[in-house]
Amino acid sequence: MTRWYTPWLFLLPGLAVVVTFSLVPFVNMIVLAFTDATALGGGHFTGLANFQRMLDDPKFWVALRNSTLYLVGVVPPLVVLPLLIALLVRKKLPGITFFRTAFFTPVIASAVVVGLIWTWLLDSQGLVNNVLRALGWVSRPVPFLTDEWLLLVSAMLVTIWKGLGYYMIIYLAALGNVPADLHEAAQVDGAGPVRRFFAVTVPALRPTMVLVAALSAVNGFRVFSEIYLLSGGSGGPGGADTSLVMLIQQTGTGLTGNVGYASALSMVLFVVTLGLLLVTLRLNRREEAL
Amino acid sequence: MRRVGRYALLLFVLAVTIGPFLWQLSTSLKGAGEDVYAPDFVPSQPTLANYAGVADVVPVWTFVLNSLFVALVNVVANCVGASMAGYALARLRFRGRRLAALVFASGILVPFEVILISLFLVMRSFGLTNTLTGVVLPGAVAALNVLLMRNAFLALQPEVEEAAVIDGANAWQRFARIAVPSARGTILVVALFSFMFSWDDFLWPLVVLSDPDKYTLTIGLAYLQGTFFQNQRLVAAGTIIAVAPLIVLFISLQKHFFRGVGEGAIKG
Repeated sequence: MTRWYTPWLFLLPGLAVVVTFSLVPFVNMIVLAFTDATALGGGHFTGLANFQRMLDDPKFWVALRNSTLYLVGVVPPLVVLPLLIALLVRKKLPGITFFRTAFFTPVIASAVVVGLIWTWLLDSQGLVNNVLRALGWVSRPVPFLTDEWLLLVSAMLVTIWKGLGYYMIIYLAALGNVPADLHEAAQVDGAGPVRRFFAVTVPALRPTMVLVAALSAVNGFRVFSEIYLLSGGSGGPGGADTSLVMLIQQTGTGLTGNVGYASALSMVLFVVTLGLLLVTLRLNRREEAL
Repeated sequence: MRRVGRYALLLFVLAVTIGPFLWQLSTSLKGAGEDVYAPDFVPSQPTLANYAGVADVVPVWTFVLNSLFVALVNVVANCVGASMAGYALARLRFRGRRLAALVFASGILVPFEVILISLFLVMRSFGLTNTLTGVVLPGAVAALNVLLMRNAFLALQPEVEEAAVIDGANAWQRFARIAVPSARGTILVVALFSFMFSWDDFLWPLVVLSDPDKYTLTIGLAYLQGTFFQNQRLVAAGTIIAVAPLIVLFISLQKHFFRGVGEGAIKG
């Protein structure tokens, strides 16, 4: 009754988009990584030349270092803080829905809006510096946006601030699945709230924590907007805060874009993100085996 | 006493999460004679002039229309395309179904930044760089949404549809009259997240658009910051224009946002 091609008609729009704008570019990226193609086209097979160039390219190592530091800097706070906030908004108290909604607001704002808001707050004459000075904690403005290392840390804080609400919701969903009788049993045994948190809640939430770590690690390694906006597009003093994605964008776009080299950089990005996902799967599988 | 402590903590987190937005709103309302650097949250000469002023330096309303166009097309395309593909994967039996599911699954595994440069070349070969069509197309049917819809259709009771088959309804009729109305909760989640993703997207429009008349709001704002950073009031007004529609949407439909995070996180 159903014609053989009917299912394919259903699939056509979706498959067309995913194949044309995701899978074809992906294969194309792998091919281009072994060529000297430029933005103008052309390009010849050059073997591993792009990867050899990478090893000698200080910009690549700086970008790889920054993206890795970013990952290391944002993952622990994003695993811990949203869990604490979720515990805080978990109980049904008057007005708790308002707090949950408010805590989620930074998630819906675009990275650009968030980046501009914090650029203004962290300006040498901005609110944060004014408050720090009024409190007498600093005598000169803190160079949040102009110092190489402080800029990176500031961008991390923005990422953490923007991610709190998102991971809070994930933890709230997971907390709903922690069996209540475990808590009660622990309470009967005389365990206080802190003890119950580490003995009952944390073990039950381990798979969720691994998931949050994986999501925030992949997103952290892919950082672009926060550093771009806080540095006004420059990537920090002398480009010292450029991330890997920023380097890909700078290398591969524009009239002088080096598409081949940018593709080789993209392959590094892909291998790292895929590796992070595989590690997560591994960790969660071991979890289930126990 | 415990409760007081809990509320104190809640208010602290509230100040940290909402404070920066309020400061931006406050800056956008400050009059020309006020010191924007002074830490006063309440403007002493409140004015809406900065909202008019931002349109004098950049075509901010054109940016809004461009963003709105891109976001709405993205919503319609994702709802229609992801429902159709998700339905076929969940409910129709055919050769090649596993292959099709694999294509969508691998689409999720490829981070957008990895294909950025190569996607630009694909778009250029279609002659669609520097067009809004070029901005929309790569996300028009997101693979994640296809899998979300597939799961939503799988969760429906199959009996109703089986009865419809006996009554002679074809696949399109079952899809449109039975499956889609029953899965409208998930379709709403797909619509919301498509709108938000598209409205907030930065990297792709930045790469694919070059002409300021075509700019979406996000790159328009980055451009505004680059050129007129001296006037912080105008930048603040621009960011409020960009974030206000989403806040309204979010407050009216927050339950679905939270549901979307749960489903997207577990499956993504």
